[in-house]
Amino acid sequence: MPHVWEILRRFGRPETAAPGADSVAVAVLDGVWFTFRVAMVGLVLGVAVGLLLAVLMQRSRLAERGLLPYVVLSQTVPLVALAPLVVGWGGRLRIGDATWQPWMSVAVIAAYLAFFPVAVGALRGLQSPSAHAVELMRSYSASWWQSLLRLRLPASVPYLVPALRLAAASAVIGAIVAEISTGTRGGIGRLVIEYSREATADPAKVYTAFLGAAALGLVVAGMVALVDLLLSRYRPAEAHS
Amino acid sequence: MTAPTPRRSWLNQRVGRSQNVDSAKIDDGTPAVELVAVDKVFAAGRTGEVTALVGVDLAVAPGEFVTFIGPSGCGKSTLLRLVADLTEPTAGTVRVNGKTARQARLDQDYGIAFQQSGLMDWRTVVRNIELPLELRGWDRRRRRDRARELLELVGLPEFADHRPGELSGGMQQRVAIARALATGPRLLLMDEPFGALDEMTRERLQAELARIAAETGATVAFVTHSIPEAVYLSQRVVVMSARPGRVSAVVDVDLGVRTEDTREAPEFFAKVTEVREALRGRRSPSVAAFGAGEER
Repeated sequence: MPHVWEILRRFGRPETAAPGADSVAVAVLDGVWFTFRVAMVGLVLGVAVGLLLAVLMQRSRLAERGLLPYVVLSQTVPLVALAPLVVGWGGRLRIGDATWQPWMSVAVIAAYLAFFPVAVGALRGLQSPSAHAVELMRSYSASWWQSLLRLRLPASVPYLVPALRLAAASAVIGAIVAEISTGTRGGIGRLVIEYSREATADPAKVYTAFLGAAALGLVVAGMVALVDLLLSRYRPAEAHS
Repeated sequence: MTAPTPRRSWLNQRVGRSQNVDSAKIDDGTPAVELVAVDKVFAAGRTGEVTALVGVDLAVAPGEFVTFIGPSGCGKSTLLRLVADLTEPTAGTVRVNGKTARQARLDQDYGIAFQQSGLMDWRTVVRNIELPLELRGWDRRRRRDRARELLELVGLPEFADHRPGELSGGMQQRVAIARALATGPRLLLMDEPFGALDEMTRERLQAELARIAAETGATVAFVTHSIPEAVYLSQRVVVMSARPGRVSAVVDVDLGVRTEDTREAPEFFAKVTEVREALRGRRSPSVAAFGAGEER
């Protein structure tokens, strides 16, 4: 491994020998920004799907028994096997003039990883209110929807926040790995592969991409911490005071 | 049994016209709660059934404070849950304010409190009390005013913006009572609300509940394990026995307005003894006399 100093210096130098090439810092930041956006789309999609599944499974015992095994099974499918399939399916989609973009496949794969912790965590959370709390809502003749909004969702926050943390990490990893296995250009995953080909001649270069990926993970983790802070009033009692 | 005395009902007057229409109807002699030949059988697994209640007939007059006491498994909580329409009878009918229990629940004719206060930790005290009003679609200002009023009633005005987790068990129960009273129900159902509290807190809250019941003029059906609690609070104690759960005796308690001295009065002890003996099954005061308002 090159010296840290070497790696940091490499950020300032041009990416390639071509005249007028941008510095590595710019290339890495570009890649990080691309992957960040794709991972966020994947995360939002994954959280939405996860929540939807959790609500469905909470609502109906039959849905829980029917769906939960598949939810668990979904995570045992190797990502590398899944990626070409998603690209293939996406390629056949046509909605009006809009065509399937390569980044969309990456986002879908990120979502595929991200939805799992949310579905499982949210289901636990939605089922967490005590029988008395549920009966109280019933005594108010609250509708299912009212119970969901006022009791089950707030009660599930302590379960959702750790789930969100896992989902965010999964979305980032999913996006990076999916970029590599679908051959999508523009992201940090692609840079890791490209730069590692030059590892013998230019060992510091590949580490700049690693650092970029690590920074991306930190930024996303920070965002989840921020969400946690915003939801702090839903944490159990000892957290206040 | 004394006739229900006219009570200050300022609490209910603020709550909306329909309540007053209901109470006018109740004063015509409709019992607040009426159970006729109620059986409740729970399916217990594949093999057996558990008979929770058998042949329960009872009527509670408007404004009356009735306590249900008995050993574990006598079905007293089940009885309360039947009235609340949280479970349905296997046979017989349950009527609340002359309506089916289900209709009464949908109309929110009752407020309910359990042993666990069931307060939502993520809501402040005042927002917890507002919950039933919110579900009824009251606007924010009206909700806030009503909740403040109830906090005064239960003696916690300075804790409005606290979290339930910051309150003692006794305070949490008071908040739960305030929440049960929020919509100004004519009927209060309470399932061992003081069961988890220490003795001193318990006595203080009993005194407050007696006062609140008198002030609001609400009918109260109260489930307890404690004999002194039952005697102190109620005008009638319904003694139940287990396996199968049924009403085994009814003790009328006529101690007038409850004060701190009530607990030390000889008549209080006499009634405690009477209820205790009824629980042991030594004497059986006439169950037949336990009918709908024939003494009133």
